[in-house]
Amino acid sequence: MKRYLSVIMSILAISVVLGSGKMYAAQAAVFNPETFTLANGMQVVVISNHRAPIVTHMVWYKVGSADEPNGKTGVAHFLEHLMFKATKNLKSGEFSKIVAQNGGRDNAFTSFDYTGYHQTVAVDRLEVVMKIEADRMRNLIIDPKEVEPERQVVREERRTRTDNTPGGKLREQVNAAMFLNYPYRNPIIGWDHEIQEITVKDLRDFYDTYYWPNNAVLVVAGDITAAKLKPLAEKYYGGIPAGTIPPRIRPEEPPHNAARTVTLRDRRVRQPSWRRAFLAPSRVSGAKEHSYPLEVMSQIFGGGATSRLYKSLVIEQKIALSAGAFYDADNLGPSRLVIFVSPRPEIRMDQIEEAVEAEIRKLKQDGVTADELQRAKTSMQADAIYARDSMGAGARVLGAALASGQTIEDVESWPDRIGDVTAGQIKAAAQAVLITKNSVTGRLLSDRPQPTRQPTRQPKRGG
Amino acid sequence: MICAAKFLLAAFGVIVAVWGAPVHSIEIQKVVSPKGIVAWLVEDHANPIINVKFAFRGGAALDPMGKEGLANLVASTLDEGAGNMDSQAFQQELEDLSISLSFRADLDSFSGSVRTLTRNHDRAFELLRLAKTQPRFDEEAVERIRSQILAGIRRSSEDPRRIAGRTLIKTLFPDHPYGRPSRGTAESVPVIKLVDLKLFVAQRLAKDNLVIGVVGDITPAALGKLLDATFGSLPAKASPWTLDEAKTNSGNRTIVIDKPIPQTVIRFGQAGIKRDDPDFFPAYVMNYVLGGGGFESRLYEEVREKRGLAYSAFSYLSPFNHAGLIMGGAGTANARVAETVKILKDEWRRMSDQGLSAEELKDAKTYLTGSYPLRFSSSGRIASMLTGIQLERLGIDYINKRNSFIQEVSLDDVNRVAKKLLDPDNLTLVVVGKPDGITSQGQ
Repeated sequence: MKRYLSVIMSILAISVVLGSGKMYAAQAAVFNPETFTLANGMQVVVISNHRAPIVTHMVWYKVGSADEPNGKTGVAHFLEHLMFKATKNLKSGEFSKIVAQNGGRDNAFTSFDYTGYHQTVAVDRLEVVMKIEADRMRNLIIDPKEVEPERQVVREERRTRTDNTPGGKLREQVNAAMFLNYPYRNPIIGWDHEIQEITVKDLRDFYDTYYWPNNAVLVVAGDITAAKLKPLAEKYYGGIPAGTIPPRIRPEEPPHNAARTVTLRDRRVRQPSWRRAFLAPSRVSGAKEHSYPLEVMSQIFGGGATSRLYKSLVIEQKIALSAGAFYDADNLGPSRLVIFVSPRPEIRMDQIEEAVEAEIRKLKQDGVTADELQRAKTSMQADAIYARDSMGAGARVLGAALASGQTIEDVESWPDRIGDVTAGQIKAAAQAVLITKNSVTGRLLSDRPQPTRQPTRQPKRGG
Repeated sequence: MICAAKFLLAAFGVIVAVWGAPVHSIEIQKVVSPKGIVAWLVEDHANPIINVKFAFRGGAALDPMGKEGLANLVASTLDEGAGNMDSQAFQQELEDLSISLSFRADLDSFSGSVRTLTRNHDRAFELLRLAKTQPRFDEEAVERIRSQILAGIRRSSEDPRRIAGRTLIKTLFPDHPYGRPSRGTAESVPVIKLVDLKLFVAQRLAKDNLVIGVVGDITPAALGKLLDATFGSLPAKASPWTLDEAKTNSGNRTIVIDKPIPQTVIRFGQAGIKRDDPDFFPAYVMNYVLGGGGFESRLYEEVREKRGLAYSAFSYLSPFNHAGLIMGGAGTANARVAETVKILKDEWRRMSDQGLSAEELKDAKTYLTGSYPLRFSSSGRIASMLTGIQLERLGIDYINKRNSFIQEVSLDDVNRVAKKLLDPDNLTLVVVGKPDGITSQGQ
């Protein structure tokens, strides 16, 4: 059942090719990283994993779509595409060609709060990718001749992800309704009419404002140590001067005074779905003391086939095909706790809504049991052990945390913080966050008439 | 190109182009249990984790006519209760012990996966044994999962990518089980009976069609004992089966499916190559250059980089046990479909007529050999490779030999195979959307 969760988590970020995204639903583990900072302010993190003679090399810029100027949505992601074009030293497309010629793989991604570039190569090719990644930090050429075809690529990407699917269109609308003022209301890829208007100057300004070593984090994971990496980091990144980075000031979200419902009807919808998103604090924003309790709560409430929502709606009441919840604590700004349900075909949306609300009431009134709490903690702490196994996981978790306002200590102490969560804290978090007026309900419906409680059984009499 | 070469040469001297290095840190042990069950093991004690992957030959292609989706329904319900544990009890124990247990049905195999912390491994193997040998198939659980599968079928029935892909496969394999959806259909899934599920388990899950790959924190001796306890009670032999060689119905045709969407989805394909064909590696290298090589392929370059026509443009080999296909795809705005299709076909023809340049071959080999070690990035991925290599009967030394198979591909081989395989006049296209300037043609 966990597969449903990972699908939903992966919609939040977008990358150069299909796939990738906000990578980890499960949070950090104890990765035992080493760290140091270059003289120009660039932080470096090293996670040793000697399973194979390979390394993943990532540069995370602390800038994402939520940092875009007004009216310029999509510029962060558009720039990410153009980073694969010419620099003062490389021709367009040459970056990826060099990586491939060295047996490596590369890609990039843009999220609300960060933009990341990464390559995986044999450890003896690490210097090659460090040199070209450092090169494009300050030497990018934004050529109008490259910008125009790439604009079409970005628009096709938008069509693939969003405009071609009813579910994609609804997600975008729900998100826009969720945040009244905070820039997370805009899609990461941008609104199509603004993508069409982005100029070379917009791209250039964004690059020149944010792409500096003191606004970046270098994360290298794999068959390497900090002692070995340090001279290389100094050689390739150390010589780039620091820039003046504007403070990361974001508009604040005002109080939400009314629940919103967003309904999308489309004849292509064959399986309706229901979701409700609540405005929530993150680890570093809002009532952050609730963030760890909310993580444990969402596990108990909606994490998999033994969760309360699944048991109640799917197994006992038999009104849903699947049901769950997720919460992401890692935003720099406000976050969301999301409940999602696929109703059974004959079930009306208001039945789903009533059932979910009953579960929410129970949670707010009675909290969770000691047994539920212990089980959730054990399971989440085990996820942290599993995360150590994959070479890329540590790099992604640490990079995302550092690029969105958290510290290495936050990541490393995560299992302990989860272990400290009490039932009382979960009840308090539920009462603070699961408030209807702070929510947006998204309903994906077929544009055929909704079934009533007794659909076709009743034979029509007379005319 | 010249500019980059100078840039790098200045920094690093000469780039070594030839890769011969094997994946030296992977040592595979063949473990034979006291009762004769074989598993390939990579010991790795760095983390307290064990990953087990296993597969039974024979998959969804063997589903009875009219009961398409049987193997998939079994795969989705084996973890829904076993022995004296009902679905919730079984799932709760997996959750409490942080064990992941799952099964899946592919066309030619039925496979499973267990991931456990070392401290819980006895119980993890026991739960696996129960799931395989004493699944309950309680009515509540089977109906719940069946309805989830049917919802998935409904959901994807309007997904343009799925529609295009299904239509293509069905057209290329009109008379063979490979042409049927392994997940089943809205008609077939409801008629699968409890007895079908039980029969599947009794007939298909046996010792003589089983392969096992294990990676992680376990010794060969400990694994040997667990293999007997876990797999020892399976029947010795699976029910015999036959599956005909599939005749691929390649043909020059365009199938337009009208859907009200802004972006047209394009899928195309024709007869390809099987994994055990002596020309597999030349075909693999050729496809890398044509459309398999991510940012470096010709399709990507011509369709996306030069013209901005699509977000993705790709091709891939799809080898089955009894047939092979080469397929590809792209997605583009409705107004630009004709232009995109023309480029795809032109590239197919150019590769067929002219093959690769010596430089393209060299670059392809450098990438394909150099990137092979990147696949060994987690214990789960390595365990999957151990299973896959056994299913394909490639030999326990395959990982060390694989790069030499790539290196041995000559320009003559690859160009001969390109000409043999790629037939631009026999390419079947499926386009789903509101494409301008394209109409259905061909049978």
